[in-house]
Amino acid sequence: MFLGNLASLRYFLPEFAVTATILLLVVLHVVTKSPRSTASGFLSLLGVGAAIFLAGVAPAGAGRSIFEGMVAHDGFAVFFKVLTALATLVVIFMSMDSRDLAGRSQAEYYIFLLSTLLGMFLLSSATDIVMLYLALELVSIPSYLLAGYLKGQERSTEAAMKYVVYGATASGVMIYGFSILFGLTGSTQVAEIGRSLAAGKATLPMLLASVMVAVGFGYKIAAVPFHMWSPDVYEGAPTPATAFFSVGPKAAGFAVLVRFYYTVFAAADPGTGLWRLTSAVDWPFLFAALSALTMTVGNLVAVKQSNVKRLLAYSSIAHAGYMLMGFVLLSSAGIEAILFYLVVYLFMNLGAFYVVVLVSNATRGEEISDFTGLGSRAPFAAVALSIFLFALTGIPPFSGFIGKVYLFAEVIHRGVYWLAVVAALNSVVSLYYYTRIVRAMFFEEPKDASAIPVPAVSGALLVLLVAPTLILGVYWEPVARIAADSVRMLAF
Amino acid sequence: MGFIDSHILSFMTFLPLLGAAVILCMPKGKDETIKWIAALASFLPLLLSVRLWFTYDRTLAGVNVASQFQFVEHYSWIPSINVEYFVGADGISMPMLLLTALLSFLAVIGSWGIDKKIRGYMALFLLLETGMMGTFISLDFFLFYVFWEVMLLPMYFLIGVWGGPRKEYAAIKFFLYTLAGSILMLIVLLALYFNTTNPETGAHTFNLLHYMSQNSHNAWLKGFDVRILLFLGLFIGFAIKVPLFPFHTWLPDAHVEAPTAISVILAGVLLKMGTYGLMRISFPVFPDVTVYFALPMAILGVINIIYGALCAMAQSDLKKLVAYSSVSHMGFCLLGMAALTPLGMVGASMQMFSHGMITAMLFFLVGVVYDRAHHRQIDGFGGLGVVVPVYTAFIGFAFFASLGLPGMSGFIAEQMVFLGSFQVFRTLAIIAALGIIFVAAFHLWALQRVFLGPLNPKYTSLEEINGREIFCLAPLVVLILIVGVWPMPVLDLMNASLLRLVDLVKAVI
Repeated sequence: MFLGNLASLRYFLPEFAVTATILLLVVLHVVTKSPRSTASGFLSLLGVGAAIFLAGVAPAGAGRSIFEGMVAHDGFAVFFKVLTALATLVVIFMSMDSRDLAGRSQAEYYIFLLSTLLGMFLLSSATDIVMLYLALELVSIPSYLLAGYLKGQERSTEAAMKYVVYGATASGVMIYGFSILFGLTGSTQVAEIGRSLAAGKATLPMLLASVMVAVGFGYKIAAVPFHMWSPDVYEGAPTPATAFFSVGPKAAGFAVLVRFYYTVFAAADPGTGLWRLTSAVDWPFLFAALSALTMTVGNLVAVKQSNVKRLLAYSSIAHAGYMLMGFVLLSSAGIEAILFYLVVYLFMNLGAFYVVVLVSNATRGEEISDFTGLGSRAPFAAVALSIFLFALTGIPPFSGFIGKVYLFAEVIHRGVYWLAVVAALNSVVSLYYYTRIVRAMFFEEPKDASAIPVPAVSGALLVLLVAPTLILGVYWEPVARIAADSVRMLAF
Repeated sequence: MGFIDSHILSFMTFLPLLGAAVILCMPKGKDETIKWIAALASFLPLLLSVRLWFTYDRTLAGVNVASQFQFVEHYSWIPSINVEYFVGADGISMPMLLLTALLSFLAVIGSWGIDKKIRGYMALFLLLETGMMGTFISLDFFLFYVFWEVMLLPMYFLIGVWGGPRKEYAAIKFFLYTLAGSILMLIVLLALYFNTTNPETGAHTFNLLHYMSQNSHNAWLKGFDVRILLFLGLFIGFAIKVPLFPFHTWLPDAHVEAPTAISVILAGVLLKMGTYGLMRISFPVFPDVTVYFALPMAILGVINIIYGALCAMAQSDLKKLVAYSSVSHMGFCLLGMAALTPLGMVGASMQMFSHGMITAMLFFLVGVVYDRAHHRQIDGFGGLGVVVPVYTAFIGFAFFASLGLPGMSGFIAEQMVFLGSFQVFRTLAIIAALGIIFVAAFHLWALQRVFLGPLNPKYTSLEEINGREIFCLAPLVVLILIVGVWPMPVLDLMNASLLRLVDLVKAVI
């Protein structure tokens, strides 16, 4: 049933590509002795591009359990590998363009970025709690370094420090939860744990374990109340890294959340597209409450922010709340909605951050007031940012609307009306703070009216991010189909 | 012509969008060209709407029968969830389509004087026209919703960038109110989707016509409590747009701050979307709840009439006065519809059409005086009739049309509403008719303060209305008179459909 180590290697090519790139970067760093050259950026692009290609060309079919059951190779994992690698690719482009990072050692930065990517690959495919824990740490530790990459800047150092403390606490609690599960079942295999738990009736330890694991995963996706780290980290980290945190690790966090809870604490009902709870522990309700809390806190606090990076940090907390709606429904359509949302979220959120990079390169600031008059200073960037922001709000004809429709639809389909209403009200609140930026850009006159030049390459990347945001708002069938195909998960 | 005829509604909807795209590609400094492109992109739909007028078969009813819709286009859009590009016209949408095409073109001409960021203005305006047309032709709820929302963005920018002193506040208020309404609509839309089935395929559907056949509803959706909630969700969404008391507070702000041509569109077309939505979706999908709520709706309508008129009377700003007069006039629509009689329903539809023209005239005219005097304070003028007699003649005409003088379209519409509702809600109809006194009062009083009396010496050399402005007003004057004297052509257009709608709703009693 499980593939042995050697036979598994051929299903591990994307990971190899990333690992090889990391090693090459180390060598390049040593050999060239010019750590600031852009070569490392291009090399990383190539490596991640290769990883996407390798992940994409090898269809998972029915799925396999590889490396003696440590890792799954299934449609779900492939989806998240391509998604996180795509996010990394965009972030590398952004980083090459960012003034935050110019003048600092580049190779190390990309090494951390790619190590995180490797961690996300493993996190989205891990089927053994030991592997899962290692993968989570492989995502976290390079992230701490990325957050503190602006050595000498107080904010950046503070961000890294907070990140480490919160991260250590969260993963400590999580591993405690894992140990309870191991103690109950005697296995580290996720599927095996699920089967044993379904047979037993240990409600209280299961409740404890499910809550403790939720702390670890909740921290990764920045769900309230485990979100405290994220605004400070988002504000202090270099902007491209912030963009990365808001999409990549969050997506991987959702991957592991779904795979873990849907295997350990629920069982699939074949043929119906539904899961059922295997115990009396009503974790979906717990997460539904978290979801409502997350989106509400994220949106309400975002209203008061004056720093755009911080505002987007809170908005990304709110978006995690929206996506959690799909998680609590125990249906494959709910998971599909999460996957679809992650795709559109990738483009619109990275796009918004990219414009922030471009603007702060020129104005040296990230306050909303620095965006004043952007409509006349850099019309294209301003229009692009507006499109991203309205997409994040969920207004047609942009992709974010379709993402929200899928989430809302399944929530309503499963009859969780209260959650749909909470999310609806939240959307209206979010409009208010997103439009504060739009208002500054278009309705107010700038003090300094000089044009902000947008380099051709940056413009091209911006187009590449705007295009899917527009196109997926009008025709999204292929992505919906891919999401539906990717929900097939290993559960043996 | 064959290809155009078979896709005429799509052409009307997407030609403006094409125009917007062309405008965005124009190099800098081509302001005049941009204006001409915008004029062309809104004139072509107007031409096509004339063709619609001549080719529309007035004997077919539409409403809930797919085969009786005309100019239909029906394609699959997103097959996995059965979203369709399903458009068509019937007697409910025809008057609105004609009105939209006409007012959009006139509004482009009326915007000729805009000199700030003309490219963005015209592109957004044309996008807005696409949204409006699309809303009136959609027979698929998802498509309807997308078009409905597409209108919000351009409107937000048009008010926020080109508006008056408090533009930011007005723009976001408009946006938040309407978004709140439409998100409610989205929830209802999804609830309908999951609880109805296409009778042919057994799959879930967004097709509005399927929703109207009660057989397609599942057991959950047949529950009366559920239906009341869903109806209310939709109703609030539409009521915000109309706007019905107490959801009307965005309207005076938006109207006052919006540039002239945008106020014209806002009052002339966008407000009608609310009542149109009730006729197109709420009434035929939930006929039982409609009957249940007929009296409350009629009361809301009467409140709108009286309350709008009283507010208008209290205004010192001419534009705000016109804005509140819209609140008052839209109340007639609701009263007529709630009566659920053929006469009332036709009267409501007529009022939508007629008020669209009259209010457009009023906003144009307020814009004309504002362009010259740079303020709109009613008490800041006086005796203008001597200085600008032609302008005064136009505004006098518009005011009399608005207060319902016989011989003009508003009179016909309001009379039909009274006659239609008198049969059902006798007291309410009488109260509403008394409301006419207030309506007349604020019109005449404003007219007197601005144009009669001693001349305010500041305005002895006020410039007379010019040719371009007359060009915007003249077609409306002619139409208001024609419809006022001989309304049959317009009535013929909508009769069959509205009778069907009334029958459909009444069938549940």
